Amino acid sequence: MPQRGRKEKSAMTDIAAIQTLIDGAVHRDARGALLPLLHELQEEFGYIDPAAVPLIASALNLSRAEVHGVISFYPELRTEAPARHVIKLCRAESCQARGGAAIEAAMAQHLGVAMGHARKDGQVALEPVYCLGLCAIGPNALVDGRPVARIDGEAVTRISAEVEA
Amino acid sequence: MTRIFISKDMASVALGADQVADAFRQADCEVVRTGSRGLFTIEPLVEVETSSGRVAYGPVGPEDVAKVLDGSHPNCIGRIEEHPFFSGQQRFTFARCGVIDPLSISDYAENGGWKGLEAAYALSPQQVVDAVKASGLRGRGGAGFPTGIKWQTVLDTEADEKFIVCNADEGDSGTFADRMLMEGDPFHLIEGMAIAGHAVGARHGYIYIRSEYTFAVKTMREAIARSAGKIAPFTLEVRVGAGSYVCGEETSLLESIEGKRGEVRAKPPLPAIEGLWGQPTVINNVLSLSAVPFILSEGPQAYADVGFGRSRGTMPIQIAGNVKNGGLYEIGFGVTLGELVSQIGGGTASGRPVRAVQVGGPLGAYFPPSMFHLPFDYEAFAEAGGLIGHAGITVFDDTVDMAKMARFAMEFCAAESCGKCTPCRIGSTRGTELIDRIVAKAPRTADMLETLPQMRNARTIARTHDEEIELLRDLCDTMKHGSLCALGGFTPYPVLSALDHFPEDFGSTPALTEAAE
Repeated sequence: MPQRGRKEKSAMTDIAAIQTLIDGAVHRDARGALLPLLHELQEEFGYIDPAAVPLIASALNLSRAEVHGVISFYPELRTEAPARHVIKLCRAESCQARGGAAIEAAMAQHLGVAMGHARKDGQVALEPVYCLGLCAIGPNALVDGRPVARIDGEAVTRISAEVEA
Repeated sequence: MTRIFISKDMASVALGADQVADAFRQADCEVVRTGSRGLFTIEPLVEVETSSGRVAYGPVGPEDVAKVLDGSHPNCIGRIEEHPFFSGQQRFTFARCGVIDPLSISDYAENGGWKGLEAAYALSPQQVVDAVKASGLRGRGGAGFPTGIKWQTVLDTEADEKFIVCNADEGDSGTFADRMLMEGDPFHLIEGMAIAGHAVGARHGYIYIRSEYTFAVKTMREAIARSAGKIAPFTLEVRVGAGSYVCGEETSLLESIEGKRGEVRAKPPLPAIEGLWGQPTVINNVLSLSAVPFILSEGPQAYADVGFGRSRGTMPIQIAGNVKNGGLYEIGFGVTLGELVSQIGGGTASGRPVRAVQVGGPLGAYFPPSMFHLPFDYEAFAEAGGLIGHAGITVFDDTVDMAKMARFAMEFCAAESCGKCTPCRIGSTRGTELIDRIVAKAPRTADMLETLPQMRNARTIARTHDEEIELLRDLCDTMKHGSLCALGGFTPYPVLSALDHFPEDFGSTPALTEAAE
C-alpha cells in the first residue's frame, strides 16, 4: 500500500485529525465500518496510532478489545510508523520455485536487515508477503507499492541502492 | 494516428509496460491500455492496429518503438490469436481480457457485454437459477460445489435482505486469474454479480479483494462507479482485506466484511441460509460469477457441452512457477496435467527436468511427472489424493527439496491460521517441528519429566525415523478430519503427497514407505 502523506506533526494535531477521519466513517454509516476505517487511518498516517483505539471504539460502539483484536489479527495493519521504504518480498511457492530463497538471502544481506524487520535507522524494512499474483514471472516484490518482477542478483543491487536514497 | 494496445495489468507493469506505453505516446501514437492477454513470456506486449487487424510484438522495450512502428522488430508475433499458446484455448470467461479497454463501458457493450444480464432480466429468478444448474457450473474457488444449488438455497430462503458476495481474496500462490479478470474485464464480474442478484433477490453485493491487489481494487472501484446506472437497483461495493490468507475461506471472509477478526465460523448454518449479518448470502468466487454471463447469453447447453465427466465448462488454468511459458490458459476440463506443463507450458524456465508440480495453491498436492496423465477434472484429482483448487499449477525443477516444501506448507499454515480450532493452530506448529526432526534425523528422545521414576508408563527410548514419519501421518490425519476449514484441513495434502511421492527427501528409501502403507 503506498504511503501518502506520512505526517510528522505533534501528537495533539494527530488526535484531532484521527477524530476527523473517525467522524467521517460514522457519518457514512456503512455496515462493517471498522476495517475500511482502519485502512483509511493507515493510509493517511502510515500506521494506526494506539491512541486511536478508544476513539474508534467509542465512535463505532465497540469495546476497545474488539478494535485491538481486529488490528492485531490482520498482518497488513501496523501500530508503529513504518520505515521510510518498505520492500515486500514474496515468499510463496511459485517464487520459491524460481529461486526466491536465494533472492531473499541476498536482499537481507544487501540491506543489512533480516526478513520481517525494519532496519534500526528506519530507512528500510524487508517484509514477507505471500503471493502478489505475478506467479509466472517471479521472484517478485512490491517496492514502496510498485510491483517488480523477475528479481535477479542485479535487481537486488538496484533495489537496494534505490531505497538508500 | 496509429492505435497501440498495451496491457496495464499488474504483471505487465512489473515487467515495464508503463515505460513502453510512455515511449509510444512520445512517438505520437494513441495508446490504449488493456488487460493482459495472459502469456507473460511475451510481455510487455504491444499490439499495433493495422488495416488487416492487430499485429502483436513482444517482448518489447521502450527503445523498440521505431522498429515496432515500421514492422521490422524481430519479436513480431503477428495475430495473437494464431500464437500457439492462444490458438488452442477456449476463452469463455476471458474472451475480452487483453482485447478491450477495461474501463470503457462502450467497448464492453460492443464486445458482447451485458447480453447475459439482459437475457437474465427477461427470465424469472427461478429460470435463471435453472439455467445455472443446467450448465453444470461448479464453484471455481476450489470446493467445486454446484453453483446452481447454492443459488437455489438462497432463492428458497425467506428473508428481508439477501447479499451477493464475491470472493476475490485470491491468496493461493500460483493463481492470478481473479486478479487478471478484475483488472482486464471488470464489467464482466459486475454483470455476473448483477445476474446473481436478480436470480436470488439480493439488492446489494460486496467484492472482497485482498489488499495485495492494489491495481484490481482501483479498477473494480472505478468500474462499479461507471456501471452503477446499468445494474441499478442492484448496488455493489468493494471491501479490501488486510493481508490475511484465511479470509479467503468463505465464513472468515464474511466475518472480515462485518469488520471483525477473520475467524472461521462453524458450518452449519451454511452462508446460503445464514451468511452476511445473518442473512442468506450467495458467496462465489470471481471465476464462478464470471462464468454466468456466458451461460445466460449463449445458453446453458453451450457451456455444458464443453468439459469432462462431471466437470463441465471451461477452467482458466494458471501455469506458474519455474515454467517457460507461464500464464493463463482457459480450456475445457479434461486436458491432462502433462499437456499443460510440458506442451503448453514448455517445461521449466531453468531448462532442468520437472521434478514436481503443485496444483491448487499452498493447500494442493505435489505430483511427480509419473502422474502427468491425470486429466484436469475435480473427481480425477480427488481420487489421486489432490485437488484442483483454484486451478493454479506451480512447476518445480529437480533442484527442489520436497521436505522443505512440506515444512513450508506447515509453516504457512501456522502463520496464517486464524487460531479458532486446535488441529490447525497447534498441529501446524508441531508439524513444522516434526519435519525438522525428521530431516535432521534427530528423533525425539524422552524429556526430563518422562525420565522421572514416577512416570512408569512413559517411553524413555528415542523414536525411530519410521515412527516419526508415522507420527507425521497421524498428525496429518487429525488436521484433515478435525479442522474447521480448508486451511488446517487441506495442509496435509502438500505434506502427505510430498511424503508419498518423494520419500527420499525425508531420508527414507522409497521401498520402506511403500511397506509402511
